[in-house]
Amino acid sequence: MPLFFQEAAVMNDSIAGMITQATYFAASVLFILGLKSLTRPDSARRGMQQAAVGMLLAVIGTLLNQHILTYQWILIGLVVGAAAGWPMAMKIEMTAMPQFIAFSHAFGAIAATLVGVVEYRELGRTGELTHGLAGALGFEVLFGALTVTGSFMAFGKLQELITGRPITFKGQNFFNVALIGVAFLSFAWLIYQPDAQWAFYTVVGLALFLGISMVLPIGGGDMPVVISLLNSYAGLAAAATGFAIGNNVLIIAGALEGAGGFILSVIMSKAMNRSFGNVIFGAFGAPPAAAGAKGPAKEPKSISAEDAATQLAYASSVVVIPGYGMAVAQAQHVCRELADLIEANGGAVKYAIHPVAGRMPGHLNVILAEAGIDYGALMTDVDDANRVLKDADIAIVVGGNDIVNPDAENEKSSPLYGMPIFRPWTAKVTYVIKRGKGVGFSGVENPLFTLDTTRMIYGDAKGALGTLVKEIKALSEGH
Amino acid sequence: MTLIMQLYVFILAGFVGFLVIGKVPPLLHTPLMSATNAISGISLVGAIVAAGGQYGRASTVLGLIAVISAATNVVAGFLITDRMLGMFKHPTGGESKGGKH
Repeated sequence: MPLFFQEAAVMNDSIAGMITQATYFAASVLFILGLKSLTRPDSARRGMQQAAVGMLLAVIGTLLNQHILTYQWILIGLVVGAAAGWPMAMKIEMTAMPQFIAFSHAFGAIAATLVGVVEYRELGRTGELTHGLAGALGFEVLFGALTVTGSFMAFGKLQELITGRPITFKGQNFFNVALIGVAFLSFAWLIYQPDAQWAFYTVVGLALFLGISMVLPIGGGDMPVVISLLNSYAGLAAAATGFAIGNNVLIIAGALEGAGGFILSVIMSKAMNRSFGNVIFGAFGAPPAAAGAKGPAKEPKSISAEDAATQLAYASSVVVIPGYGMAVAQAQHVCRELADLIEANGGAVKYAIHPVAGRMPGHLNVILAEAGIDYGALMTDVDDANRVLKDADIAIVVGGNDIVNPDAENEKSSPLYGMPIFRPWTAKVTYVIKRGKGVGFSGVENPLFTLDTTRMIYGDAKGALGTLVKEIKALSEGH
Repeated sequence: MTLIMQLYVFILAGFVGFLVIGKVPPLLHTPLMSATNAISGISLVGAIVAAGGQYGRASTVLGLIAVISAATNVVAGFLITDRMLGMFKHPTGGESKGGKH
């Protein structure tokens, strides 16, 4: 049986082949339009539903493929996959979205990697393996396998199955570079000698290993960059699959995801004022170079929930700055309740969302949207938010730390220096809701807490906000 | 299809990706990622051919696992994207239906 995988070449002549190609073309267009719809929140949902239709068309078109001899395994696979995916997607908490995405990346990458292995075996058997195909297959399994283990590691860290702290050992970077070197040598040999099976499987094995060792040293707070990178790699694996089987819709979809993941990684790195290389090799958040010798530490002042509630009830402008702590505590609903009360008393509430707040790009936006908070109240631009903060009566930092650390602007020796941050201290008062007196994920002290206009409210985000809600309600009932 | 044609498609699609996705507001970065993730589940197409081509038992097993993984990716990816996008409410209240043109 000739040329199984070079579908396009064989199939263009038959009617079925033309239909298949037409569905692929339609899917490609719908995918691009779907992503374009994401530039506006009010068109996004419809556009992505159309993209889903595109996917369905492509699957139906593929089932017409004349190389398919038996449908039973395909149907079983589709049913099992859909039955697994459906409840997961309907039940998952918005808080757990980063884990979910990591998991989903891993699954897509498993598919790409296995398709690569099957193709390599078949093409090898029929003797159709060219240098070009070997190269495409090599890329496919390299990025695929890397994404599989990398995503599972990221999943484990986010789910706290393994520690979110960076895991480092001496000579780690050297070890990784050596690993990459050997992988690339094997890859080069595979292109030169396409039927060298050992080279192919060495690439697979090393890539699996590399995925683990690359994510190992990366801390929880750097996850937005890692997830974006894995997103990009998953796309490249899909695109390489397209090269290997001569299928344009895979190349297009893969290129789109590759570009998207890359853009997001760049945005995330910029929001932390760090380079890619620094995130990957820096192991930030490892033993913090003790920020000692800073003079006598001031004690932060705290405030009772009752006093805070009184001030909030009469505030005319409040800005909430949420961090990952809000997500962890599932405090978004009670936060909305608080905002509703302030608004009922005539105040305005806005939210300042830092690009790297949470564990993946845009994480906190989704969490607040889940609570039914109007997206018009979400400020996602740091400069815009700082302009609003200047005129605000009260800024409330909920479960965030590094994104409001003034050292990022003032202290050249701080590891956060240069990172764009919010300036809650420009508001009249700042409340910081915080679980304890510890430092943020980066291990850096935050001088915001000891400023004269800052008041601490200790407690977990949900409990503390809940108490504030209760106090404000009691106030209004008192009148 | 020759390699060079494939490269054209890849590069052009990449440019389209950069231009289009670069304009997605930070507000929707999470749905963006789940959307591109769902779309790249298109590897399903390759998995289907691998599982149904009767290339021998080992290939069929690998193909089956690939179909299950890719189908999970696609179904979960599109559903969660839809669920998230449904949460972004229009400022005037109610479902986001696109009020002005």
